Order: sequence, then structure tokens, then C-alpha cells
Amino acid sequence: MAANKDKNGYTFLFAIIMVIVVGSGLAIVSSLTKPYQIKNLEVKKKMDILNALKVKQVVGSDTLDISRKNAVELYAQYVDDSKCLVLDSEGNVIEGKVAFDIDIQKQYKNKKLDPADRDFPLYVATIEGSIKYVIPVVGSGLWGPIWGYIAIDEDKSSIYGAQFDHKTETPGLGAEIKQSFFYDQYDEESITLNGQYKKIKVVKDGSGAEEFRVDGITGGTITSKGVEEMVDRTIQVYVKYFNK
Amino acid sequence: MSEKIKAPKEPLFSKKNKRLVTEPLDDNNPVTLQVLGICSALAITVSIEQALIMTAAVFFVLGLGNVIISLLRNSIPSRIRIIVQLVVVAALVIIVDELLKAFLPDPAEKLSVFVGLIITNCIIMGRFEAFAMANKPWPSFLDAVGNTLGYGMILVIVSVIREILGAGKFFGFELFGDRIKGTGLYEYGYMDNNFIILAPFALFAVALIIWVQRARNKSLIEEH
Repeated sequence: MAANKDKNGYTFLFAIIMVIVVGSGLAIVSSLTKPYQIKNLEVKKKMDILNALKVKQVVGSDTLDISRKNAVELYAQYVDDSKCLVLDSEGNVIEGKVAFDIDIQKQYKNKKLDPADRDFPLYVATIEGSIKYVIPVVGSGLWGPIWGYIAIDEDKSSIYGAQFDHKTETPGLGAEIKQSFFYDQYDEESITLNGQYKKIKVVKDGSGAEEFRVDGITGGTITSKGVEEMVDRTIQVYVKYFNK
Repeated sequence: MSEKIKAPKEPLFSKKNKRLVTEPLDDNNPVTLQVLGICSALAITVSIEQALIMTAAVFFVLGLGNVIISLLRNSIPSRIRIIVQLVVVAALVIIVDELLKAFLPDPAEKLSVFVGLIITNCIIMGRFEAFAMANKPWPSFLDAVGNTLGYGMILVIVSVIREILGAGKFFGFELFGDRIKGTGLYEYGYMDNNFIILAPFALFAVALIIWVQRARNKSLIEEH
């Protein structure tokens, strides 16, 4: 057997069989776990939307943070799926599309899709009688995708809450966009001035306390600029809708 | 160290086999003596839960991988054996990653890329090449058990230190009161040490363990 093993033919045969066995094995595992993974992602999306809305679960005297356990129930309680809309890039409502099913990350990554043809889902939630609009945003950080949800207040001109997340930003630098000290700066920022859209800048000079400005993250410039870009690009579209 | 098991019938837990499990725990610990798998010891030891899940994932990969490599050891062409070992590690790691994402989404999110990085955990390739290629499946499996326990032990010790001193928690349970509300010890000005949460501290913690271990057993000190 030892002499046999050194032949090229044996080596190739071994490699081919190995690739086929491993490849098909992984394909089977992947297709078996896919439904569970998709369900987890949906729950995660609901958690993110609820977090942007600053929803907490109140049980007796305790307030609980949003978790995988309570997200589905709370989402159903606060967000009315039938009121959620899908807009086109001009801010017109597209009929017949379900907001929750739209994968904006996939559309963002799709280079063949003209940016003007992207869909813009709008989630409508009711919290203590007041209506909030949740806008999903997606963009690029330094290493990979970044995304988030921005809740707009009933007046359609100020931000109620925001939440960002990322896939592979640098820990301690760009990855800090998912920390509350960063996204809390967006609270109560305005998105319009005298009815016209105005960009919220992410700045380096420490003037983030001023209106239409938030402080960027030291050492995370490209990620911070990515947040600025995705918020700017996306909110413009929704302002067109709000102004109609 | 390269003793081959030749006896035709050996009891399952012979002395030699037992040593396979106990040696990596102390005198031949993969992290503190061979200094392998340090990267993950730095990254995921901020909480005990993460350390345990990481250990379980490494056990799955190393245990199964060692057995697979050991079963195939006589048919793997030696010219491509490193590639074969890599394929086995990579395949097992992808399976672990998929399973975690499907059934333990929260820890999977926290461990994120580090599950994928098990592929580069030198302990695994090291054990495949040094042990499983030359030994039968059962001793190979025991070798995996021993090395994972040795690895996990260091991970847990480091993460206990880091979670208690860095986050004021033990297994997620708040030890000193609520940091944000400022109750308990925090009321009297106690502060968690943020440096301990950062990766460099794990190096200090591992170094402390190495120090203690070598102070206890002088024969472990290398001569230079």
C-alpha cells in the first residue's frame, strides 16, 4: 500500500473523493440548518426595530431588555404590519409589497440593480398612542456591511431613536457604532430644516452637540463616514414621502 | 513523547491512555506550555459563557477531526496530508458555525468571526499532525479530550478573572450591584477595570498562569 500511495493517480483520486464527500456533506448541513437560521435572522430584525423604538418589556415592576424570547410578541404588539409601507426611490408608495420581506442589504449589494430601483420599506409603529416611523438603513463600513434602524417621531422631522450594527468592523474602533454612546447622539436630531431635508454630519472636531451634527468615532473614521453616508442617502428618500 | 501504541489489545483506560487525557491538563498544557491557541484565548475570554462555548466548539472539531484523521491515517497520501488535514478542520468548523447560527444564535453572534477562526487554531492542526497521523482512533480521541480540557481550563481561568474584575459579573450574574444604576459597591465609588476587558490583559493573565505553573513545577522551565 505504501508504494501505491506515492503515485500521482492515487493522490488525485484521494483529493477528488475527499472534495466530493466534504462538499456534499456541507451542502446537506447547510440546507438542513437554513430554515432555523432564517428564523433567527427574522427575530433579530424584529429585535433591532424594537431597539430603535426604545421599547422595553415591562413585567410587574421589572423592565426587561428586548431579547429573542420577547421580541416576536412585542413586535406584534407595537408594529402594525398592515400599516407598513414600501416606497420607491421617489418616495411613492408601491402597492402589493410586504415591508418586512424586503432584504435591503441584498438590494444594496446587487450591483446590477440601479439604485433608483431599490425598495425602501417603512415600518409604522404605535407607542403609547403616538406614531413612529422606522427606517432601515444599509451601507458600507471599512471592512464590510453596516446597517441600522432609525425611528422618526410623529412630527416626521426629528429622530426618536437609532440603532446601528456591523458585520466585521474593527473592535474598539469602527465596531463602536453599535454602542449606545454613539447611536444615542442621533436622538432628537432633526432631519429637516423648514420642511427641507438637511443632512446630519458626522464630525471630527468635537462639535457633535450642535444641531445636524454628531461626533464620529476616533480611529473609526471610515466607519463613521459610512454611517453618515447611509443615513444621508436613505433618509432623503423618506423625506420625499413625508413631504407629500 | 513519540511513543507508539503497539500492544494488540489494550484496556480502554490503560495508564498510557489516561496520561493522554491528564498530561495536557498540566505538564503539557497546549496553551501555557506549547503556547498554541493563544489568539482565541485573547479574543473570547471576556465572559465565562463564551469561553465554554468556544471550548465546546473546539472539542467538536478536535475530537471528530482527530478520529477522522486517525481512521484515514493509512490512506492519506503523505504529499497532500496537510491539505487533507486543513479540509477536515475547515469542514468541521463550517458545520459548527452553521449549527451555532441555527440553534444558539445569541452566543454565535458574540463569538462571530472567532468560530471561523478555529480553523487557524494551531492546537488542532498540531494534534492532527503530531498525534492522529500516527495513532489509532481511540487514543486519538482521548488526546483530543485531554487537549481540549487543557485549552478550556486556561480559557475558563482567564475568563473568570476578566469577567469578575472587568465586568463585575460571574456567569452574567452581577456580583457588585448594578453598574449603570450605581447600586451596591458602585455606590461607594467602585469601578470596573476596563483594561481587563481589553485583549492585552488576557496576555498578562496567561503569563501569570505560566508563572504559577512553572514556579510549582521547576522541571517545566526551559533551559537557555
